[in-house]
Amino acid sequence: MSFASFNDFLAMGHHGLYVWSAYGICLLVLAINVAAPVLSKRRYLQEEARRLRREKSK
Amino acid sequence: MKSSAISWTWFHKLGSPKWFYAISGRMLPWLSIAAILLIAVGVVWGLAFAPQDYQQGNSFRIIYIHVPAAMLAQSCYVMLAVAGVVGLVWKMKIADVALQCAAPIGAWMTVVALSTGAIWGKPTWGSWWVWDARLTSMLILLFLYFGLIALGQAISNRESAAKACAVLAIVGVINIPIIKYSVEWWNTLHQGATFTLTEKPAMPAEMWLPLLLTVLGFYCFFGAVLLLRMRLEVLRREARASWVKDEVLGHLGRETAR
Repeated sequence: MSFASFNDFLAMGHHGLYVWSAYGICLLVLAINVAAPVLSKRRYLQEEARRLRREKSK
Repeated sequence: MKSSAISWTWFHKLGSPKWFYAISGRMLPWLSIAAILLIAVGVVWGLAFAPQDYQQGNSFRIIYIHVPAAMLAQSCYVMLAVAGVVGLVWKMKIADVALQCAAPIGAWMTVVALSTGAIWGKPTWGSWWVWDARLTSMLILLFLYFGLIALGQAISNRESAAKACAVLAIVGVINIPIIKYSVEWWNTLHQGATFTLTEKPAMPAEMWLPLLLTVLGFYCFFGAVLLLRMRLEVLRREARASWVKDEVLGHLGRETAR
């Protein structure tokens, strides 16, 4: 462990704001990249379900 | 002659959407697990356990996300160019799917590299942005990605769009060696490469080992999210094939059963 306490870890030796904001942005982008294909697949399947129901009722 | 014909079947199979869908479904869980483990271990190790830099203090810990994102942004572009060549030469449909699906991920990675670099630059160089060769060529890479995404969406004919994007991807690849060697060709604030194939890293092992883990983790992450996007795109493009109809019905059955 290179920090004496958890507060030291959060402070990052006066660079806390820089380090944590960089990691925050990165985490956000990674999350967007996972969520985007998962959500669009769900949307696509819903569209397909609606289309199939419409075709059946004809 | 016959043996050479057999050895090439795997290459043509790659172009078959059905085969791709099956094999990617099997690879996806392993890639995801590898990505989560590698990134988690590398980030915790890099943030909490690696020793601080004697010049930059703790701000250097941004390296554990900045370098993987930047490497991935460039590798992804090279992959787009390769997909472009494969699509143009062998008319493989899956190559265009790969190109269209990878471009947004590459653009996001370039955004991460540029923004984490700016945040790292402020305490280290005293400025968020300088018009330095490395930074400028990375910004051009971002615009190339934007150009590819826009071009792919602007042309409604799928085949013409695929051809135009393939050509742009191949022409734009000239930017990659410029990014790579920018720190050697021009006087620059940006530090040199951390990893080279020929020399040992200048950092101690407890600093570069976590970086190696996050780099590998980011590549696995890229593979996983690329497959997620490509599988959906294959379902969309092959919507008339009977195996796709079965697949969609299978999914829908699972949804309603819940």
